[in-house]
Amino acid sequence: MLLTVRDLTKTFPGTLALDNVRLDLAAGEVHALLGENGAGKSTLIKCLTGVHARDSGHIELDGQPISPTSTHDAQELGIGTVYQEVNLLPNLTVAENLTFGRQPTRLGLVSGRRMRADAEEMLAGYGLDQVNVSRELGSYSVAVQQIVAIARAVALSGKVLILDEPTASLDARETETLFKVVRDLRERGLGIIFISHFLDQVFSLSDRLTVLRNGRHIVTEKTPETNRVELIHHMLGHELVAAEHRHAARKGGANLLSFKGVGRRGKIEPFDLDVRAGEVIGLAGLLGSGRTETADVLFGRTPADQGEATDDAGKLNLSTPRTAIAEGFGYAPEDRKTDGIVADLSVRENIALAFQARRGWANPIPQAEQKRLAEDYIRKLDIRTSSAEKAVGDLSGGNQQKVVLARWLAMNPRFLILDEPTRGIDVGAHAEILKLIGELTDQGMSILLISSEFDELIAASDRIIVVRDRHHVSQLVGEEIDTDRIINAIAARDDAERAMS
Amino acid sequence: MTPRLRRLAPQLLTLIAVIALVTAYFPSFLSVELSDGRLVGSAIDVLKRGAPVALLAVGMTLVIATRGIDLSVGAVMAICGAASAWAITSGYGLAPALAIGLGAGVLCGLWNGLLVAVFGIQPIVATLILMVGGRGIAQMITEGRILTFSHEGFAFFGAGNVLAVPTPIVIWICTGIAFGLLVRRTALGLLIESIGINRPASALAGVNARVLLIAVYVASGLCAAIAGIIVTADIRGADANNVGLWLELDAILAVVIGGTSLLGGRFSIAASLLGALIIQTIDTGILLAGFPSEFNLVIKAGLVVVILVLQSPKLSPQLSRRLKRARGTGAPRDPKEATE
Amino acid sequence: MNKLMLSAAFAALSTGATAQTIGFSQIGSESGWRAAETTVTRQEAEERGIDLRFSDAQQRQENQIAAIRSFVAQGVDAILLAPVVATGWDSVLEEAQEAEIPVVLLDRRVDSSEDLYLTAVGSDLVHEGEVAGQWLADNKPEGECRVVELQGTTGSSPAIDRATGFRNALEGNDEIEIVRSQTGDFTRSGGKEVMESFLQAEGGGDNICALYAHNDDMAIGAIQAIKEAGIDPGDDILIVSIDAVPDIFLAMAEGDANATVELTPNMAGPAFDALEAYMADGTEPEKFIQTESALYTQDDDPMAEYEARKDLGY
Repeated sequence: MLLTVRDLTKTFPGTLALDNVRLDLAAGEVHALLGENGAGKSTLIKCLTGVHARDSGHIELDGQPISPTSTHDAQELGIGTVYQEVNLLPNLTVAENLTFGRQPTRLGLVSGRRMRADAEEMLAGYGLDQVNVSRELGSYSVAVQQIVAIARAVALSGKVLILDEPTASLDARETETLFKVVRDLRERGLGIIFISHFLDQVFSLSDRLTVLRNGRHIVTEKTPETNRVELIHHMLGHELVAAEHRHAARKGGANLLSFKGVGRRGKIEPFDLDVRAGEVIGLAGLLGSGRTETADVLFGRTPADQGEATDDAGKLNLSTPRTAIAEGFGYAPEDRKTDGIVADLSVRENIALAFQARRGWANPIPQAEQKRLAEDYIRKLDIRTSSAEKAVGDLSGGNQQKVVLARWLAMNPRFLILDEPTRGIDVGAHAEILKLIGELTDQGMSILLISSEFDELIAASDRIIVVRDRHHVSQLVGEEIDTDRIINAIAARDDAERAMS
Repeated sequence: MTPRLRRLAPQLLTLIAVIALVTAYFPSFLSVELSDGRLVGSAIDVLKRGAPVALLAVGMTLVIATRGIDLSVGAVMAICGAASAWAITSGYGLAPALAIGLGAGVLCGLWNGLLVAVFGIQPIVATLILMVGGRGIAQMITEGRILTFSHEGFAFFGAGNVLAVPTPIVIWICTGIAFGLLVRRTALGLLIESIGINRPASALAGVNARVLLIAVYVASGLCAAIAGIIVTADIRGADANNVGLWLELDAILAVVIGGTSLLGGRFSIAASLLGALIIQTIDTGILLAGFPSEFNLVIKAGLVVVILVLQSPKLSPQLSRRLKRARGTGAPRDPKEATE
Repeated sequence: MNKLMLSAAFAALSTGATAQTIGFSQIGSESGWRAAETTVTRQEAEERGIDLRFSDAQQRQENQIAAIRSFVAQGVDAILLAPVVATGWDSVLEEAQEAEIPVVLLDRRVDSSEDLYLTAVGSDLVHEGEVAGQWLADNKPEGECRVVELQGTTGSSPAIDRATGFRNALEGNDEIEIVRSQTGDFTRSGGKEVMESFLQAEGGGDNICALYAHNDDMAIGAIQAIKEAGIDPGDDILIVSIDAVPDIFLAMAEGDANATVELTPNMAGPAFDALEAYMADGTEPEKFIQTESALYTQDDDPMAEYEARKDLGY
């Protein structure tokens, strides 16, 4: 094996990002790395390229143990990386970009002629004959820039090439050009780690693939021996014991909210949705398919540009989070760290924040009341913190999530959106949050639950809406709810496309 | 120690150290006497001369807490000083002149706030516009000359006394207390800190970041207006070319010495005011010590470096641990230990 | 352009040598003194019946070069130039020379060869300091005199030269001692703040016999500080400064200031005189014409001086 990773573990304050992960990469192999957000792909890459130091585990390159301390160090060892956004300098020439940091010198001065010659040599074999190395890199297309970045990485490193979503901003023809380059490099004996969300590309390019989920290694397989449905299973996961379905709790309460033709151009196609009091609506789909986008539109974070929302009393104003909150909505977003907690504020202040914002600045919640509120939820949700005055940033992921939940529960909303409420938190907290969802609906609160984990969705939801390609494509109710149906609905696109072609 | 005292401890200790240093060079630094019904002494001069930077620091603290910065305050001082001096010389009387000066400050703050909050321009760029252009506006008001006036009522704000205390001291202390109460007795402080630490999360929690941002820049403009009026009243003339020149940098420095991070978040107005006093003590101390003027800036920079290094996060935990050990209270609990 | 040149030439022919056209390239209006210089130059031209073509360069050399080229093209009789910087004038001055148009420099000098301009009119900063020092030496009270000095912006040439001149004049005078020297940045507030610290440092001001300020604005600020300390400026502490801006005459009229040395804004008067002589019979003036550094005291009817200056744009 060219590259061997064993038992790699990495923790961040409050999160276990990688849990005994393994990975093998052979020379002359394209190995796809798959997983949803937060699965641990980027942490793994960062450990390989020296951005993060690992807590424990082994990395071997050509049989030698390595511990890169910086990207530069990793390059010297032979591991080069090309990111989705080209990290070269667009206002320098192609030649300068290729030779940057090791320009050929003559008499202590950079030799332009030799630099250009070196650059042309480096680009040879990449099918970029029409590229003039003396022109600015920025004057070429993203695909060409991407290939120049690859050429640089290969020339500098030469053993392992990591491509982190290289095709995200390329069109089909450009992608094909890039793939040709990647296949050539495979022929030349490089080991290539390929990260992409596009399953088609994974199937067309990779020899083997590895799936990560929640920081754990799920499976490594030869690509031809698997299929799309299996992969989705692996990525979205259903390894918890098949949880009990909530048929009993479905009591068909009164209609609470109704959304008609609500959508936003470029985010989510218009959809209809009726929400009954006390029900849990699950939202299933792959990353980028329109899950979070639906939540953002409902909460006014990226307000709808069409359709309308109503309740008994009439039209709802959902143009900003503030107005949505005023309509009795709450939203615990997917990315807890950047959009949920306010890290340097205390647990007490975080819990009181939404309530305080609703009351207005001139009407402060008295300290004593804030304290009571915080203590109350610390007890109810079993938030593990030494005190209500501790900064939320110092808590573990699960407890941070509970603080965000407490913030909304303090508002007593009628409609609560939970986007991946259990991601990256330990099993115990996971179960507690699911239990809480049940209790809240019993009290009449309606919940929109977004999750990558089917078992969780199946266990908690009264009905499940499947999103694909920014459309709400189907709804599963009652007996229809099971893993296979969900996966088939998500994977359907592939079949439809095949049928068309 | 109460939490508040603990927060202010580094600044208080620094101020005491700087005062001790100055007193070593100039023994009568702290002596204050009553003469002709007013307090006289170097310490009084520090409090009085520190008024502009202290006032600017109050507004700047709020702006910096939102992760912004206001480079325009020096120019706003010039505009407001010029506007009120113009009103006085045109015979509008005291109250209208003050209203015009303060109003000009509010307008300047509103302009900055709109650029930052509504148009999304980076604060450093948005306020740079007024920093450069504002002095020009002030020069247009004064027609390029020093607009001199003789109006005892107006001069009172710069050179008068309230119960033997120079008016500027009374003004900046009252302003500091007023803003301190405003942000801590209402929820403004919490909301400002929350948008400074994490604006997207705060917006999702329903915090009206746009209005708050505009409000802090208006507050900064208002503080700059008060400072501009004090300086103008003090010299009985509006000197558009020089009023508040480079003071924005001293104000930022005061906030930094006060321990508020330029990355926004937790702030303390009291600590920034102590920072302003530290800077002014250094300035006045240099003047009193009688060094040649070529050394002024080097000495000031040297002392500031020492202060900031001593307060740096890398050094201060070790320092405080050593201090506590010396006091025999045992090693403090590492905050990390408490993490589960 | 041709038409313009023709008409200019025609005008020169028809009215004879008395009605001259002179171009004036001014730096800008960055200070009150600069504005006064512009006003005075216009007044002087008007009195002499000179047609003054004025161009404001707004602190930019390229604007000045363009203005001089345009004056040359217009065929003016002479050019006044207040140069914004010292270097980079050779080629444009040569162009003027080829067109046989004399150039007179005002206020500041250039690095070009002396052949390229007729003369330069300016003040001698060292001499200004000497005049101030001499006045103090002549007017100080009996006995020892401790002087405090408010310097201009550290490192600026007026600050250096005015300090030097003052010391030159006091050399050998054992009774006068400069005890404190600190920059007030040429500003009123700077002067006031530094003066306050001087007063504190010198026993509340009892030990100070005189103040020398490098400009009037600092002196005006210092006068306020002295008054607020309960001391009588102009009496208990003598005040001498430089520039002769209008406000210092008000202070003199009230007895708060004692003397000021004029940095005259009238650079154009001597320049026009030199040009007149040169054109009449080719008299080559000296290469540097030093303006008078006149001394004004409380005896010189300060209110009248104030009235005469207050509308010059200071």
